[in-house]
Amino acid sequence: MSEAIFRDGESDRAFTARRFAGKTVIYLLLVAWAIVCLFPIYWTISTSFKTAPNVMQGALIPWVDYKPAWLGWRSLGLSPETIGAESTVRDEFMKRFFNSAITAISASSIAVILGSLAAYGLSRFSYRFGFMRNSDISFFFLSQLILPPVVLALPFLVLYKQLALLDTRIGLILLYTLTVLPIVIWIMRDQFESIPTELEEAALVDGLSIWGAFFSVILPIALPGMIAAFILSLVLTWNEYFFAALLTSTHANTLPVMVASQTGSQGISWWSMAALSFAAIVPLIVIGVLLERYLIKGMTAGAVK
Amino acid sequence: MFGRAIVWGSALIVALVAAAQAAQHAGYINLGFQTWRPTLFAYILWAVCLCWSQVLIRGEHGKRTLFVLPAALFVVSLTVFPLLFGLVIAFSSWNLSSPDGRQFNGLDNIRQMWSDPFYWNALRNMVWYSLAILVEYVIAFALALLLNSEIRARKFFRVAFLLPLMLSPVAVSWMIGKSMLEIRFGPIARFARWLGWDNPSFFGSPEVARATIMLLDAWTFIPFMMIMILAGLQAIPKELTEAAKVDGASPWKSFWEVTFPLMLPVSITAILIRIIFKLKLADIVINLTAGGPGGATDTVTSFIFREYRDRSNVGYGTLLAMVYLVIIIIAMTILLKLADRFARPRT
Repeated sequence: MSEAIFRDGESDRAFTARRFAGKTVIYLLLVAWAIVCLFPIYWTISTSFKTAPNVMQGALIPWVDYKPAWLGWRSLGLSPETIGAESTVRDEFMKRFFNSAITAISASSIAVILGSLAAYGLSRFSYRFGFMRNSDISFFFLSQLILPPVVLALPFLVLYKQLALLDTRIGLILLYTLTVLPIVIWIMRDQFESIPTELEEAALVDGLSIWGAFFSVILPIALPGMIAAFILSLVLTWNEYFFAALLTSTHANTLPVMVASQTGSQGISWWSMAALSFAAIVPLIVIGVLLERYLIKGMTAGAVK
Repeated sequence: MFGRAIVWGSALIVALVAAAQAAQHAGYINLGFQTWRPTLFAYILWAVCLCWSQVLIRGEHGKRTLFVLPAALFVVSLTVFPLLFGLVIAFSSWNLSSPDGRQFNGLDNIRQMWSDPFYWNALRNMVWYSLAILVEYVIAFALALLLNSEIRARKFFRVAFLLPLMLSPVAVSWMIGKSMLEIRFGPIARFARWLGWDNPSFFGSPEVARATIMLLDAWTFIPFMMIMILAGLQAIPKELTEAAKVDGASPWKSFWEVTFPLMLPVSITAILIRIIFKLKLADIVINLTAGGPGGATDTVTSFIFREYRDRSNVGYGTLLAMVYLVIIIIAMTILLKLADRFARPRT
């Protein structure tokens, strides 16, 4: 019955078998690395629902190994029973959360605005400021990437003290804008260079000014690049710890500073630490899952010519 | 005419305000200034006037300048000025918690640095940390190749592989460093014991601690290199690899003779950017080991951070940072030159 008309030759069958084996190895490796990437996140979520005995037993799977409890989230004031009640910890957490959100969003927006303008100018016109030509100006902006934060940190600390900008959100926003600006310029220059100049030329012929052409013709096309730059900046500024730890103390603390100060204290329980850590990373996990396309676009800008 | 007037006028205001504040600072008069903010506001006014005057003076050409000028002014005032100020601080003894204020002390800081074993140790650690990038690169390349092969659920794997990059290093240092690597209850420690390592301690001995920090940092940043290499792989025309296959080259051979040479420019960009990020490594070290044991995991940034935290020593810390900057600039210049020679297509 199984006398097929077309039969795979001996070598073909060996090839299929090898191909199948190769596929299996690839999937095994992929799954292994996916576990390496995801397990810490899973561990944090699950630990935030554990109690002391669960932690000591090393329970891993909820409802099988242990019974989930709201312990960690109750200590943050975010569990179902405590969400309606007053909670100083939650107020503290929300304050830090909004500090982080405000600084990250404002710094990223300012950087995207300033950076897009500069990148557009550099990709379209030729400048001369003294001895500096376009390539020198670009290099000047991009060379800021090499500058390690620690070089600026202490001078800024002293300057901010004199200017009463220490422990303010504005101070942090200025510095964060500075740190992400080179990256934004890098991404946006790549983006603008991929837009043909004929578009603005047509707009100029139609009687628009340079700025008019920029806003009405170029910006809509460059929007994906701007979103990519914005999201990448958002990730970097949300996670920034070094400057925030040095320059803020009570009012403008961001979330990483709060997490770090909790980590330092010895008595803190794992479940509440896990809840706090997870709350700190959850916005970025959401961004990463939903806007992955833009992140990749941002990271690969200029890498492939 | 009006354009020039507002630029010079506002510059004059900056000079006047700054002079008045300096006079008060030196103790000649008391004008009731609390902070140096008036000078800052005057400076912002001047910057705005400068931008505006470009349009007034140079018309259409000025409008073009206006694209770059705000960003340039922003960067110059936020880096060049603090750097110059930093140079002044670097050559003085300034303890922020002591009432004496800043005292110029010439080359004392340099002498102190010369005989500071911990600083040199931190610099040496940076070399080790940077060398770890080569291993990260190999792993990232392997992952990119896996992702680039014909697989299902590619999007899922890509997102999963990208996630570590999104997480804040501070949270990671608790999630992995403090809980998963915890000696008694941490899952990785349990796993290590199950594998037969009797007493797993990940921060006990200097070598192991440094390797742990390297692993943690690699875990966060491998996705970054992987994504760049993946983009490079996808840009390679399919015909090239297929041609190699038709010619009967084994996958191993076609990788080394076709794919890898084509990937060289992307790889070099990825490695260079990664080095730049690596040189800023501090968050994990500050939160996990505070440089210990015995300075084995210290990075330059974390060392200076503690130098300030523990001793509020601004002058010495700034000098160390400046020296670090000079070393970085020299090293990066050499690397760029080398990369340029290396990446040029072979003839």
